[in-house]
Amino acid sequence: MMQSLTNRSKQVSKKEMTFMEKLYLPAILGGMRITLSHLFKKKVTVSYPEQKRPISEVYRGQHVLKRDENGAERCTACGLCAVACPAEAITMTAAERKKGEEGLYREEKYAAVYEINMLRCIFCGLCEEACPKEAIFLTDRIVPTEFERGDFVYGKDKLVEPMDKNLRVDVTKRQTQSVLEFKQHPQYAHNKLWDPNKAIKSKKSAH
Amino acid sequence: MTTLIMTSGFDWWPYILVVILFLISLGVAAYATYAERKVAAFLQDRLGPNRAGPFGILQPIADGVKMFMKEEIIPNVSNKTLFILGPAIAMLTALLTGAVIPWGPDVVVDGKVYRLQVTDVNIGVLYLLGVVSIGVYGIMIGGWASNNKYALLGALRASSQMISYEVAMGVSIVTLIMFTGTLSTAEIAQQQHGFWADGYFTWNFFKNPLVFLIFFICALAETNRTPFDLPECETELVGGYHTEYSSMKLGFYLFAEYVNMFISSAVISLFFFGGYNFPFMDQIDNQLLVSLIGVGVMFAKTVFFIFVFMWIRWTIPRFRYDQLMNLGWKVLIPLSLVNLAITGLVMYFTGNLE
Repeated sequence: MMQSLTNRSKQVSKKEMTFMEKLYLPAILGGMRITLSHLFKKKVTVSYPEQKRPISEVYRGQHVLKRDENGAERCTACGLCAVACPAEAITMTAAERKKGEEGLYREEKYAAVYEINMLRCIFCGLCEEACPKEAIFLTDRIVPTEFERGDFVYGKDKLVEPMDKNLRVDVTKRQTQSVLEFKQHPQYAHNKLWDPNKAIKSKKSAH
Repeated sequence: MTTLIMTSGFDWWPYILVVILFLISLGVAAYATYAERKVAAFLQDRLGPNRAGPFGILQPIADGVKMFMKEEIIPNVSNKTLFILGPAIAMLTALLTGAVIPWGPDVVVDGKVYRLQVTDVNIGVLYLLGVVSIGVYGIMIGGWASNNKYALLGALRASSQMISYEVAMGVSIVTLIMFTGTLSTAEIAQQQHGFWADGYFTWNFFKNPLVFLIFFICALAETNRTPFDLPECETELVGGYHTEYSSMKLGFYLFAEYVNMFISSAVISLFFFGGYNFPFMDQIDNQLLVSLIGVGVMFAKTVFFIFVFMWIRWTIPRFRYDQLMNLGWKVLIPLSLVNLAITGLVMYFTGNLE
């Protein structure tokens, strides 16, 4: 007999079946009673879309490219999200801000074309972590179904949040308390509302 | 129209009954598919189909439309005549068995007696056994005509299973006939009149429960229901004998299985549970009411047995082929023969044997 190396080996019973066991019928009837009891138990089905499963506050769903309080797009097409993405789902084309477009874009460089291929995206959130401009976040919206593969490449029309203040996407829950405190660091002051007076003052104080 | 029927002298009633029975069999089989899914779901702690119409009751119609709209594929290498003949025979024999079952007591309207049975062949039970045996052909032909190894294996297993369990079924029916004394299904129903007579139950189940058990197990095997559904389970043989079938022919095979299940339940409730009889039926004066309640009771018993078929399906795992054959030949046949001998002896000594 081999010594048992772990305590988890189970003894197999090789006993002959008793007469009642050989009949099979008592066992079958017992099984049928168990099955019948399930008829009266509560069902575990979630009737989507009337009922939804509870999701966490930091659920990673469809992306959003945010605007600041003045309505200018935050994204500067730096490409850090594209580099960070493990699935290579993000592509972008940069363009230079023209005169008269200062209200639309925060800095001279902006993304003319910004596409995320939702079929490649694995919803990991690394793009959100990599963005230095607090521009891209993942929201709790679920990406809906489409019939064609091409329809899953989301461009700026689907990703940038609307200008209307009432339709902005709320991402306050995406950031935990420690992240919010971290972002108060003066290094990230450029992400706040750009007030020219404050910028001059802080430059003076930095000297 | 009714005066034309009444005065023509030609007995239209059995033909009308045939059409009604045909429609009811198909309707019950269609809703048996719905009931199967719902019962399966409820036994598995989930809801079944509930999106097609309220509570999903239009689901069988959706399935039917889907079946109609699929492409009919007949493989080039198959034997075309036999390919089409297989499901046809399966469906034909499934529907034929319904002809000899009395669905209720006779309805008497204006002095004219309408029997709720299509034909009253005086060898009704033998007819049932015969038609069920021909049903095996449907499966065998389907498997052979597909020109597909797996379908052939499935058909072989199915046919061998069905013929082995037919022997046990035949012997248990012989036992039943020994104490009913008649092969006619209408008389078997009449002998189980009421519920209690002469100090004992009238229903045959209480007279000889073992026959019921053997017959029930054989009925499970004949209709290829779990635990005897080796021929058609997907994990074993892809699709078994209906691998190559699509659209309406597949629909026929699947439907024939459900019609068979319906008819088997009706036969079981007829032979052992009194058919259309119910307790206190003699105390109701209105004959028409008795007939109506009788039909309702017959359907209720049939539906109950369909539920039991489904209940067993979702409780027990499937038999392996050798276990199945073992059960059929080495357990059920000796058991039924012993039962036959004991019944004979008991009847002799209680003086019932002529």
